[in-house]
This record gives sequence, structure tokens and C-alpha cells, in this order.
Amino acid sequence: MEGFQWLSCYLTTGKHVSFYLSFGTVLLLLAVTAPAAMLFGFGGAMAARGRIAPLRWLGKAYIALVRGVPDIAFFLFFVIALDQGIEWLRHQVKCPDWDQPIRQGSDFVVCSAAKMPLGTSPQWMHETYGFTLAVLTFAIVFGAFAANVLFGAMRAVPHGQIETAEAYGMTHRQTFWRILVPQMWIYALPGLSNLWMVLIKATPLLFLLGVEDIVYWARELGGSKTPKFTAYPHGDWRMWYFLGLLVFYLAFTKVSEVFLDRLTARLSHGQATVGGTAQRKTS
Amino acid sequence: MKSLFLGTAVLALSASFALAETVRLGTEGAYPPYNFINDAGEIDGFERELGDELCKRAELTCTWVTNDWDSIIPNLVSGNYDAIIAGMSITDEREEVVDFTQGYTPPSPSAYAALSADVDLKGGIIAAQTATIQSNHVVDTGATLVEYPTPDETIAAVQAGEADAVIADKDYLEPVVEATDLIFVGEDVALGGGIGMAFRESDSEMRAKFDAAITSMKEDGTLNTLIAKWEVGGTW
Repeated sequence: MEGFQWLSCYLTTGKHVSFYLSFGTVLLLLAVTAPAAMLFGFGGAMAARGRIAPLRWLGKAYIALVRGVPDIAFFLFFVIALDQGIEWLRHQVKCPDWDQPIRQGSDFVVCSAAKMPLGTSPQWMHETYGFTLAVLTFAIVFGAFAANVLFGAMRAVPHGQIETAEAYGMTHRQTFWRILVPQMWIYALPGLSNLWMVLIKATPLLFLLGVEDIVYWARELGGSKTPKFTAYPHGDWRMWYFLGLLVFYLAFTKVSEVFLDRLTARLSHGQATVGGTAQRKTS
Repeated sequence: MKSLFLGTAVLALSASFALAETVRLGTEGAYPPYNFINDAGEIDGFERELGDELCKRAELTCTWVTNDWDSIIPNLVSGNYDAIIAGMSITDEREEVVDFTQGYTPPSPSAYAALSADVDLKGGIIAAQTATIQSNHVVDTGATLVEYPTPDETIAAVQAGEADAVIADKDYLEPVVEATDLIFVGEDVALGGGIGMAFRESDSEMRAKFDAAITSMKEDGTLNTLIAKWEVGGTW
């Protein structure tokens, strides 16, 4: 086999199929994480500007803490802590008459009914669980940044709008949901679009969490292979695989940019911003 | 009454779980012939066959998981899988954190490989995988050590001229030397006390089961057959 035929066989091995599927993993991560992070962000921003002091402290502490810790440190710490925390809670509930210590030297030992997922679960459950932890961690990290962006955006809405709403007799809640929230997006969009870009580029962190993502497979497939263990021996091809990843990320961010530009145009409509005024003049 | 009933149900359920417990075997999947990912994307190699056979003999259901070499011990200890079977040499340092079974391969030599025969193994730059017995050895010899997370990258480093030579288990290097420009240099070094499976220190019961299975494979010669098939060092 050689030339095109070799390549087409090579590119359709089971291993390559796993590689292609891992692109799906990344896209799924983004699709789930982005809304989840927005929820965390919105919650954080609402808490940070809330009228109840402890809630406000909580929101501000969340934003300050998570933004101040390096992503990687947070990822490494939080995923283990969360996993052990969940297992510890389940252990307390399910095995109340367990008499051995949970920490034995460096081992973390809980009863087998408290394991998350259970030792008997199939592999896909373990993978889904790992993926869920990853999504949650991503959402918390990016949620903090989103919270800060939204917090700023809420303050950027012209004060006259709020005053007018109040003059019409709207309650605080009504003002928030009907006047402030619909108008804040245009102020939040530059910050949020930045976050989206950073989030796309942060997906290789999945690899750090043990999820077999595109970086894992690119490295595994690109590494040199000796004829003894594969039907497709080759030298060090990592450069080509990583180049492929580069193209993928560039294309993906480009598509995002186009989409975000359209969104900006749409949200500027009727706003008292430079962009909104320009739209009014041209139309 | 209701809670009593519920309690029994939970008990019965957990008992049945304990019976059907699957053992999760953790490996690296990047260290042929011991363990690697084959063309079909599945874990393959000497340890795959060995592990499956051991599980059969110990009457356990086993599943395979891959994990980076770097974090393979921490993730065992925190319970992500139940055993490591990843070409891991038995050393005193590791014994402090995990418990090993008896070795399933006899102590096998490590070797240096380089692009030319005249490299300086004592003063040059030597590539080794992070946290291996070989990387410790390089530090002891006084050569400059450069570490890489995967075995494959240590080879690439020599080919790219970043390192003068690479040190690894000889059985890993042999197919590489066969297929590339690399040649063996210097003398083989005897490192480590053979390769074994690693378990959490709190899991001595499961470790005993695998230990017994290894003994039975040694006795009836099937282990030697496997070692010869995959060409991993010497037989027993």
C-alpha cells in the first residue's frame, strides 16, 4: 500500500476515529460550558450588586478568589477536591457504620457504595463523570470572569434609564429585569466575546484533567511508531497533527468572530452607544 | 418501618455491588511492548494480555483505563482506578506510597541509545521519561538530565538533537533501534527490581489475589510464554 491508498487507510483507523470523535468532545464541552458559565456569571454579578450584605460579600469573594488563582492551579486542585468531597458526603450517608479512617496515609478510602461513579459502573460512566467535573470546573472559573464582565455591564447602562423606569413606578425587580438586563448585553458583549475566545483556547486544559481530548490524541497519533506495533509505521509527525489543531482552532475562532460581530450589530440596535447611533444615522 | 426497609434494601444493594465489583486497571498506553494503543484505538501489549489473564485467574472482571505517567500514582491513591499495570519497576521510593505485587518480569536492563557511538554518557545531555528509575539514574551519573512526560518524546529529543542520548528500558528501545537511526551505546545498566503491579496500601486483599494469579502463571509457564511473545526482557 502506498500513496493515497495508504493515507486513506491510515486516516480511518480506529485510533483516528477516536481522534475525530474527540473534536466532538471539545465542541460538547463548549456547548455545555458556555451557558453554565453564563449562569454562574449572572448569579455572581447579581449577588455582587445585591442589597443583602452577606450575599454581596459572597459574590465579590467568588469573583475575586477565582479570578486571582491561576487556571491550571484551580483545575488541578478543584477537580480532586470536588471528587473527594462528593465521595466523602456519599460515604457519610451510605456507610454510617464504617469504622476505618477515610485517610489512611496518602490513600483516600471510602466504602465501595460511596465511590463516584461506582466501581461496577461501565467505562462510559467514569468518562461522563470526569467530563462533568471538567465542565463544572470550567463553568466556575469562567463564571467568575463573566460575573465581573456582567457586573460592569450592569453599571454601564445609563442611569437615566433606571430613573425613568422608577418614575413610571416600576419596582426594583421590574427595573432590573425589564430595563437593566435587556440593555446591559451590548456593554457586556466585548468582555463576553473575549471570554468565549479564551474559553475556546482553554479547552486543551481538558487533557490536564485526564479527558482524552484532541491534544491527547494528536500527541498519541503524532508520536513516532515502530513497525512492530502498528501497520502504519511513521516518524515523528506531531508537528503535522498539532498544525491540524492550530488550523481547527483558528477556523473555529474565526467563525466565532463573524458570529459575534453580527450579534454586536443586532444588540446595538436602538442603543445610546456610538455603535447604536451610527446604525440610526445610516438607516 | 419504612426506613428499616430502605436500610435493608441499601444493604442488599451494596452487598451485590461488592460481589460484582470490577477492577479498574490503570496503564499509560504509550510504552510498547508493555502497553500501547493499537491501530484500533484499544490498549494492547504485553501487559494487556497479562492483565486480562490475571483477572481471569483471580475471577475478577477488569476494565482498562489510561492515565498519564506523571500522575499515575497520585490517581491510583485517590481512587480513580484500582491498580497500576504500566511497566512500573518496583523501587523502595514507590513502595512508600503504594504496594507492589511480586515482579512479573525479572529485573531487566536499561540501555542508552544515541545517533552516534561516541556520545559522552557521563557528561552529556541525556533524555529520560519523568519520574522513572532511569531519570534517577541519570542524576546519579552526573550527566545533564532532560525529562519528558512520554517515552516517545525522549526518542524525538535525541532525533532532534536536543539530547545526546536517551536512556530507557532496553525492551522499549529495541524496536526503536531496529526501526530508526538510533544505535545502542555504552553498556546496559541494571536498574530496578523487576516490574510489578501497584495497589493502594489499603487494598492488600486485592493485591493478594493478583499476587496469587502471578504465582500460578509463573508456575505453569504461561508467563514465560507471554514474555517471549512480546519480547520483554528475560524469562523466569
